[in-house]
Amino acid sequence: MFAGFMMNTWAVATIVAPVAGVVGFFVVLRGSAFPAHAIPKGAFAGAAGAALIGISTLLGLAVFSLLGALGIGVLGQRARRDVATALALVMMLALGAAFLSRTTEYEPEIYSLLFGEVLGVSSTELLPVAGLGAACIAAVLFLYRPLMLSSSVPDVAEAKGIRGQHIEICFLIVVALATAMTVPVVGALLIFSLMIGPPAAARSFTSRPVLAMALSVVIALVTVWVAIAASYLYNWPIGFFVGALGAVAYGAGRGWAAWRGTRRAGAASVAMPAVPPTTARA
Amino acid sequence: MHQLYTWVFEPGFFASAPVRTAVVIGGVAAVVSAVVGVFTVLRGQSFAGHALGDVSAAGGSGALLIGVTPLPGFIGLGIIGSGAMELIGIRRVRGRDLATGIVLGAAIGLTALFLYLDTSASATTGATQQILFGSIFTITSSLTIIIAFSVLAVGAIAVIWRPLLLATVSPDIAAARGVPVRLVGLAYMLALAVAVALSSLTVGAILSTALLIGPAATALHLTRRMGRALILACVTGVAATWAGILLAYDSYDWGSSHQGLPVSFFIVAVIFAAFLLTGLPARRAAARPRPASAPAAAPEEACSRAS
Amino acid sequence: MPGMTEQTRTSAPAADVLDVAGVSVSLSGRQILDDVSFSVGAGQFTGLIGPNGAGKTTLLRVILGLQRTSAGTVTVAAQPRSRRNPSIGYVPQKILLDPDMPMRARDLVALGIDGHRFGVPVRSRARREAVAAMLHAVDADRFADARVGLLSGGEQQRVMIAQALVSQPRLLLLDEPLANLDIRSGQEVVSLLARIAAEQQVAVLLSAHEMNPLMPVMDRVVYLAGGRAVSGPTDQVIRTDVLSSLYGYHVDVLNVHGRVLVVAGPGGDGHGDEAAFAAPPAREAG
Repeated sequence: MFAGFMMNTWAVATIVAPVAGVVGFFVVLRGSAFPAHAIPKGAFAGAAGAALIGISTLLGLAVFSLLGALGIGVLGQRARRDVATALALVMMLALGAAFLSRTTEYEPEIYSLLFGEVLGVSSTELLPVAGLGAACIAAVLFLYRPLMLSSSVPDVAEAKGIRGQHIEICFLIVVALATAMTVPVVGALLIFSLMIGPPAAARSFTSRPVLAMALSVVIALVTVWVAIAASYLYNWPIGFFVGALGAVAYGAGRGWAAWRGTRRAGAASVAMPAVPPTTARA
Repeated sequence: MHQLYTWVFEPGFFASAPVRTAVVIGGVAAVVSAVVGVFTVLRGQSFAGHALGDVSAAGGSGALLIGVTPLPGFIGLGIIGSGAMELIGIRRVRGRDLATGIVLGAAIGLTALFLYLDTSASATTGATQQILFGSIFTITSSLTIIIAFSVLAVGAIAVIWRPLLLATVSPDIAAARGVPVRLVGLAYMLALAVAVALSSLTVGAILSTALLIGPAATALHLTRRMGRALILACVTGVAATWAGILLAYDSYDWGSSHQGLPVSFFIVAVIFAAFLLTGLPARRAAARPRPASAPAAAPEEACSRAS
Repeated sequence: MPGMTEQTRTSAPAADVLDVAGVSVSLSGRQILDDVSFSVGAGQFTGLIGPNGAGKTTLLRVILGLQRTSAGTVTVAAQPRSRRNPSIGYVPQKILLDPDMPMRARDLVALGIDGHRFGVPVRSRARREAVAAMLHAVDADRFADARVGLLSGGEQQRVMIAQALVSQPRLLLLDEPLANLDIRSGQEVVSLLARIAAEQQVAVLLSAHEMNPLMPVMDRVVYLAGGRAVSGPTDQVIRTDVLSSLYGYHVDVLNVHGRVLVVAGPGGDGHGDEAAFAAPPAREAG
């Protein structure tokens, strides 16, 4: 499985996984699992459209994932975020369906765009993927502190001059770029799995933020390497292994947390109604 | 006058059998989705509502693999998936969406596997497309079964709607009043699974989500009273569906290529437009500043004015 | 009879840290705040008291520079208010910390130093020591390395106070810090704040709808009702005549076993907020 033609795949996967781990750390922290799923899924519609008029699918992916991110961000300011995400997503998928209706010669390409393709990586893609990946990681590190602050105590962040809306849109754009570059290997439908499984597991194993981010990179790498090896050996689609391993990692994390008994009953997340015990109100 | 009529309703529209099927199926899907959708939007579970479409699709492709009609696969895996999401999900919204995402990832992986394993040539060609986008014009499952399950889903919601609403808005107060919050949540998820499985199968994955969330969100822009919201959502959903079908039919005569555009595209476009338009005045009313951590919509108001 | 918005200074040789003058805020046609004036000096512990919906949070947001005013000025540490004021430490009302979040108490306090800057935090000894010192000051050493989301309400409150104080602000604002705490935790937080106000000469402005827990330590009170305010020493403001004039209808201020009780008088039919304030809570869900 380390033959010449597979080396590209290993290389891309080794670039993709850290990006997924780093970006995914904040996806999980901010509860943005839905946007992380919706952005690449909607972007797939753009890739289909791009292929329709002959442009590179990567460009179509990038443009549509950015469009999706902005759509979710802008709509999300006038409606609940999950509603905004759902509607932005279906609008993009509907566009994708419209594009696809124009042609009939699509099946194998749709499949690999959606579910990933172990052999589908050419060496010309390596450099742009690496470049985009580096840019994504740099962006996340640049936004690290404001993201941590606004994700944990948003009101304090506002008081310190960090507008939640701006941070949200910046972050969604980073997610868009990350998904655009990772779709070719892992597929539009499963890249989000790489962005939520490993970080969800990592945070169960440590309470230190930087360590949790590093750990999610490690778990993402292991996930993707095992998935490639398994896909190569059994000929089953790589997406299947990514999805399964994501669930396994998450389960391991939950199991570990439960076994360590770190959950205290009555954690402050449940707010009690603030009714004073006596009538002494003043 | 006659010209205007034929311009709107292209010849053959009312006579066409696929159109009539679509109108009925689409209407039923719209109503079921709207009813379940209002609660979905209030509970902030749009992700689960969407994800269950993909989860059911995994069941559908599994069913195709073993040569059965998709319906039992859709419903079966949908119920398993929603049960899993509810049981492993934690009550906080972020934990819940994460569990949804994990189940979804696993289900998509399964879909990838099933579609790959499906060796029958005629099935794979377009199987991906059918599973993902669906087609409102070609329904193969028995209409009776579909309607029966739809009634089941809506009926379940009708039975539990009051405790469900209370548990949605204020789980602590609901628990204090003896409402089995966890159980009610699970019952809701199962009804959601059935509704989404049905709509995914009949009108496709895109419309399943669009009809679930769009009309409900549009209705909640306009009113906070439950009864009115439910009715408005149904009306909006059905109107958008029928308008979309009409536009799709007419679109075959547009342009030079005479290809037309898919029904799903038009229905979604109408729903999206309705959502945006009704959201405009709501935006002005929401101009009061609130702390950054407050959600954009306040479900508490819906409860305090429950009709 | 004292005027509606007259303030009474007890002593003010030093410049006030916070000076609010004639602030009015109206939103969607409703007058939320109407000509509110008061000031808070260094080391003073001031309670911002008022019923729910009186405009306390709005007033705090005005001071933070997050809310536009239709009139009036706010001066913090001799500077006009701005969107990001390093002289202010803020503890918000809603603190929802995910139990699974990988963040220790220590990390949250560290964000109070430089969380608003871009980039990754630089691990320096000065930073670590500042955080450790502040955790010690709020008596949080015990759980400094615990996951923030797993702490109790009172413990989280102390971490939030540490976060607000670590940047050494001149003014500390707290929005309803006692609302979700049991009585004992509330008492601990109040005495902690009083001690910090005195030791570090920080001006403390704390909003609450229930003033009794604050009575032992409160120097002055700003009483907010229907958008209007009266401020001054506690015994001069919490009086039947003053509050009746403020509410616009008769209220009685009673002293019951050392606790203060404000009750709407017979025939009192003021605005919904104020009437609800003196009566048992009418807001039920369902």
